[in-house]
Amino acid sequence: MTEPNSFLEVRDLRTHFPTDDGLVKSVDGLSFSLDRGKTLGIVGESGSGKSVTSLSIMGLHKGGSARISGEVLLDGQDLVSSSAEEVRLLRGKRMAMIFQDPLSAMHPYYTVGHQIIEAYRVHNKVTKAVAKKHAIEMLDRVGIPQPDKRVDAYPHQFSGGMRQRAMIAMALSCDPDLLIADEPTTALDVTVQAQILDLIRDLQREFNSAVIIITHDLGVVAELADDIQVMYAGRAIEYGTAEDIFDRPQHPYTWGLLGSMPRIDRERTERLIPIKGTPPSLINVPSGCAFNPRCNYASLNEGASETERPELLDIGAGHKVACHLSPGQRQKIWETDIKPKL
Amino acid sequence: MTTADTDPTAVPGVVEPEMGEELLSVTNLTKHFPIRRGLLQRQVGAVQAVDGLDFTVKKGETFSLVGESGCGKTTTGRLLTRLLEPTDGKIIFEGRDISHLGDGKMRPLRRDVQMIFQDPYGSLNPRHTVGKIVGAPFRLQNVKTEGGTKKAVQELLELVGLSPEHYNRYPHEFSGGQRQRIGIARTLALRPKLIVADEPVSALDVSIQAQVVNLLEDLQDEFDLTYVMIAHDLSVVRHVSDRVAVMYLGKIVEIADRVGLYETPMHPYTLALLSAVPIPDTKRRGKQERIRLQGDVPSPIDPPPACRFHTRCWKAQDICKTVEPPLLQLAPGHQAACHFPENQPGGEAPKKATAS
Repeated sequence: MTEPNSFLEVRDLRTHFPTDDGLVKSVDGLSFSLDRGKTLGIVGESGSGKSVTSLSIMGLHKGGSARISGEVLLDGQDLVSSSAEEVRLLRGKRMAMIFQDPLSAMHPYYTVGHQIIEAYRVHNKVTKAVAKKHAIEMLDRVGIPQPDKRVDAYPHQFSGGMRQRAMIAMALSCDPDLLIADEPTTALDVTVQAQILDLIRDLQREFNSAVIIITHDLGVVAELADDIQVMYAGRAIEYGTAEDIFDRPQHPYTWGLLGSMPRIDRERTERLIPIKGTPPSLINVPSGCAFNPRCNYASLNEGASETERPELLDIGAGHKVACHLSPGQRQKIWETDIKPKL
Repeated sequence: MTTADTDPTAVPGVVEPEMGEELLSVTNLTKHFPIRRGLLQRQVGAVQAVDGLDFTVKKGETFSLVGESGCGKTTTGRLLTRLLEPTDGKIIFEGRDISHLGDGKMRPLRRDVQMIFQDPYGSLNPRHTVGKIVGAPFRLQNVKTEGGTKKAVQELLELVGLSPEHYNRYPHEFSGGQRQRIGIARTLALRPKLIVADEPVSALDVSIQAQVVNLLEDLQDEFDLTYVMIAHDLSVVRHVSDRVAVMYLGKIVEIADRVGLYETPMHPYTLALLSAVPIPDTKRRGKQERIRLQGDVPSPIDPPPACRFHTRCWKAQDICKTVEPPLLQLAPGHQAACHFPENQPGGEAPKKATAS
């Protein structure tokens, strides 16, 4: 084991689920690192393994049927080999999570304040009164009006945006070093989404925490992320800075995602350019490059895409891509075929 | 879309409307859901889901209703297809008032007005085969087709990009995008004139979303379909629509053609909505001027008086709290309901929220 140099180091993480139909390889060999104060965006479609990644880091698949291997080093401590109890003590205090649907993530039977107080008192030896004062402060911090009254309200009495704010307050109540936000704004309206993205950005600056934001919305990652990892069928197929991914993407799947999206900030195109086919089943991932049946350029490299799995290789300055196309081919396709149509 | 070939002698309802002529018109459309309480179930209030809409839909166009959750766009769609009966107002389809038709009288009309639903999981019966699902409209309407229903269904499946061999399969064997195609095939079975599509792509992944958007556009060209699209994704709406109506708390605040709405939005709410869309462009990060709306949408049970947006509007003055702004035509084909509209023709340089 080499010394970790980043705050969060994920090395060759694999999360597999045995099922009656076969082994579901939800995450299959994922490595990345993240520093404090930085935001990593994980982008992918449903079934690409982005949510399973976050749950695996949080240790929420422990004790279930999942088979997890690899390393997740949080400040040097490996979470994969730690016991469920050890990870439980870190959860909430050192790492916290915001879920997509705040209504099902909060307990309907307890007041919002009660739930924040409970989380706070697990990790801090304080009286209820002190914890309640802290809960009110946190609700105020995330922009909930009249926090001293709302602290005694139940989740159903909050609107969707307010509930998401309350969940952020709960996640941040112990000042975690790592915050994972799994589709934090997908269930919200666009004006509320803008408020929540601003809030996450401001709070990150204030607490200097490491943030992982998981989403299918490329607009959301472009707003928040420093680095972006694009996932397909349980693996990272491209990794780079936000500029790398948006200004000089290298993987045909990333091109496909960008071409599929109608853009409100550009001239309207007559037709969208979808990716053909559908995402693969994680039980029967295509051999070689998992994207090859949907790729328009798979035939350019003499069948290598169908037989050999491409590794995620650095193509310069930390921009990594897993594709058999040569840099020259990719450059040519991007300049002539893709960029003019976006 | 083709331009209107206006024939002054054409009487709507007697002849079928030509492309570009009025297919559907709605006046003062209102739906209040009563709230009942107590032993006697006395009505104590009403959810004013839709409150006095006026708009028209032309044949062959895509007319979109956008707005945030709770603005009444889905209720409007259900009123247009008469899955709900309006509390007040009129719906005229091909010159005929369909606002209060009973189930029996509505049935023949259902051939002409169809709906695509948001949830491709909830809208297909899991115990029926694809053949039975897509063939249901023929059975229900007693339509005999040349070569039998099976052949017709298989043709429909091919039309929407599925294979005719899928006839005997069940919905759970398909992915979300394929299910949505099955739903679209069923919708098209009786060759409707008007399709109300309620968030047809929002449950789908981006790459699949683009496939379905393209399919809907191809079908529109092939069969001269008219769409009323209900959606919240402003980028998708811009891509598919000819005209767009923006709704807020049960009212239309602005109607315009696509270019007018996105280039020169007039209602402050439209401006705020457009500026809130996250842009997938790192160069704009932090530079995008965003209008931040405070708080949440008020409850439709007790909406604010006069202009319903005044509680969150940065331009609100006293008049906004006392006098309701009417939906007025402020530029050709561009209506807005605001006392202090933005981007008025002849005014200062246009304020753009989005376009580069």
